[in-house]
Amino acid sequence: MPTTSREIEVQDTASRAESLKGYQATTEDLVGEKLVLNMGPSHPATHGVLRLILELDGEIITKADPDIGFLHRGDEKIAENMQYNQFVPYTDRLDYLAPLANNVAYALAVEKLMGWELPPRGQAIRTICCEMARISAHLLGLGAYAMDVGAMTVFLYTFTQRETIYDLCELLTGARFTTSYTRVGGQIRDLPEGFTQKLLKFCDEFLICLDEVDTLLTRNKIFLDRTRDIGVISKEDAIAWGLSGPNLRGSGVDHDVRKANPYLDYHRYQFDIPVGTVGDCYDRYLVRMEEMRQSTSILRQAVAGLPDGPINVVDAKQRLPQKERVLMSMEELIHHFILVTEGLDAPAGEVYFGAENPKGELGFYIHSKGGGVPYRLKIRAPSFVNLSILPKLLEGCMMSDTVSILGSLDFVMGECDR
Amino acid sequence: MDWHLIIAAAIKIVVFVFLVTLPLVAMSVWAERRVSAAIQDRVGPNRVGPFGLLQAVADGIKFLLKEDFTPAHVRKFYFWLAPALTMVPALLTCAVLPFGSRLFGEKMVIADLDVGPLYVFAIASLTVYGIVLAGWASNSKYPFLGGVRSTSQMISYEISLGLSIVPLVMIYGDLNLSRIVHEQAQNGWALLPLWGEGLSLKGFILAIPIFISFIIFTTSMFAETNRLPFDLPECETELVAGYHTEYSSMKFALFFLGEYAAMIIGSGLAVTLFFGGWSLPFGWLTPATLDAEVPWWHGMIHIGTFFAKVIAFILFFIVVRWTLPRFRYDQLMRLGWVFFFEIALANVVLTALLLWLL
Repeated sequence: MPTTSREIEVQDTASRAESLKGYQATTEDLVGEKLVLNMGPSHPATHGVLRLILELDGEIITKADPDIGFLHRGDEKIAENMQYNQFVPYTDRLDYLAPLANNVAYALAVEKLMGWELPPRGQAIRTICCEMARISAHLLGLGAYAMDVGAMTVFLYTFTQRETIYDLCELLTGARFTTSYTRVGGQIRDLPEGFTQKLLKFCDEFLICLDEVDTLLTRNKIFLDRTRDIGVISKEDAIAWGLSGPNLRGSGVDHDVRKANPYLDYHRYQFDIPVGTVGDCYDRYLVRMEEMRQSTSILRQAVAGLPDGPINVVDAKQRLPQKERVLMSMEELIHHFILVTEGLDAPAGEVYFGAENPKGELGFYIHSKGGGVPYRLKIRAPSFVNLSILPKLLEGCMMSDTVSILGSLDFVMGECDR
Repeated sequence: MDWHLIIAAAIKIVVFVFLVTLPLVAMSVWAERRVSAAIQDRVGPNRVGPFGLLQAVADGIKFLLKEDFTPAHVRKFYFWLAPALTMVPALLTCAVLPFGSRLFGEKMVIADLDVGPLYVFAIASLTVYGIVLAGWASNSKYPFLGGVRSTSQMISYEISLGLSIVPLVMIYGDLNLSRIVHEQAQNGWALLPLWGEGLSLKGFILAIPIFISFIIFTTSMFAETNRLPFDLPECETELVAGYHTEYSSMKFALFFLGEYAAMIIGSGLAVTLFFGGWSLPFGWLTPATLDAEVPWWHGMIHIGTFFAKVIAFILFFIVVRWTLPRFRYDQLMRLGWVFFFEIALANVVLTALLLWLL
């Protein structure tokens, strides 16, 4: 902290000596003290319930201390007390901006434990779900980010588009927000009639909206000033802090689970992984913008090459049988009863599955000792990991940069606190 | 004679300030909400009255009926003083704006001062006290930061605001706003010199420094009125609500209305200085001299013209607000001191040179 001193003008020696007594106190007063500012957990820029304790020297942040856990619900412990399928609704509430993607990631993790693979149509439907969720989450992230730096209109533009995605979700799953669409080994229902046409229509309209947002922000001088060279994360730091998703790629690391370790049927589609160069807030914004365009392209390809056939794993003993058959035949009734009361007969073992979610790599680590309930289920929440770099990132920034940085990191506290 | 002057002034104050400006403040709040809604593909308030026109009344009633809460930790005297200090200067500046030519033999300006712009800046600079006091008296960190920011912001931009109109004063050689307007009515608006003496090489060349002045003036006006992209003192996402975080009910409404009143007066001043005030383009219906009698319907048209121009300017303010992001504090200060201040100074020199050469 810089210190300052000043000359004191005094006429006669007697009063000068008198004033020197208080000199110590005067300089201490000039140095001043730091202002500790509590930001959150209820604050417009903290996107939920993040609490930041900022130590300010004027407008400069000298120390930032994130305080998390206000939305902790003990999801991991809850998972230990219920069957695999019963945990699906809880995954909706992790990254609640992309519930479909969470459903898929969780189902894939348990399927990895079971050693199942979905038929092609089921996989394509899950890909559609994931990419829809990605667009939805990025749209909110982008809108909130723009609103934080003052561009309120972008927020409403993106929300209009998210509304269409919610309509599609409702058509697909019956719920707009808490979708709970997947089950271990498949989905609850096939794509409804007319869904693909509506999805394609959305893809067209959405790209127009994205271009409008582009016009409003990408070359806007004020936006550039607020985001360029702010909150720079170097390549090394990004890897060292274990960042994932757009935040990692914004720093120039070419890593996307969809390409690096393809799951579902991502290997079938042509898409690019946008990568930043500097690692500042602006790069992270650009990466998200391009990812949405790529997701639209994936959606179009998926709809165009949507295979026919079953959508679920066929395993008479592990999957719920058809309801009519349960009512009609003894064998199915027994399976149904066993499955509902005891759950899946999962093998013992440990699996980890990470999926490329909108916020980063959402991983489920399942330790099974056999039976229908996991012994331990660990969730690797990308928001939690991405937020860990905050103290390093905020130090030395201006107070106003916190909102740019928080917006560009695009976290969700539901996932972070679990 | 004296009584006649006082009564005429009182009528003008009541009509212009309380029956026109204040409702205009309320209506600009409504316009802001409707225009922003149109920009953002929304509907906006449309329930109260036709097109939601009475929304302002509903808002006012809501503010009046809310609990007027004074937190325990504030400095009460200053806390109560601050909202008034924001609202009053905004309304005081109405006094020198010529909002029409003449009506029933009366000049349509409350006080025809010979130092109009100086008076406006002197009074408008008092607004900052309201904000500083609000930030300080709230005795809370977010308002404090907002108050500190706004002090430096408003003081910095006042300088470029003042400097930006010096070229105009040099060109017109007058500080009386009525005479400036009349000059423009006869010889072309400052920014539209297409008739009278303005329609000459000199007129066109002098439009260059005037245009630069206009840009600086408008931008500084945004900063002075704390509107986006310069709304740092109250930027929602960082400082919650800035200096008026701790305020509620009518005290908050006074800050809110003060901002809009400042916006209207700012627009009025811009219109007066750069767009010929109440005059119609191409010298239509312009009285021959400043003191010439005009028919009452000419006077009414002039008043209407003035407010039409002001409203157009307010709409510009609104559209800008909903289009641009917000500056950062240090960038704002750099823009003010390094960019606008310098340009405004250079502009004064340029004007002097042009006036000397031509």
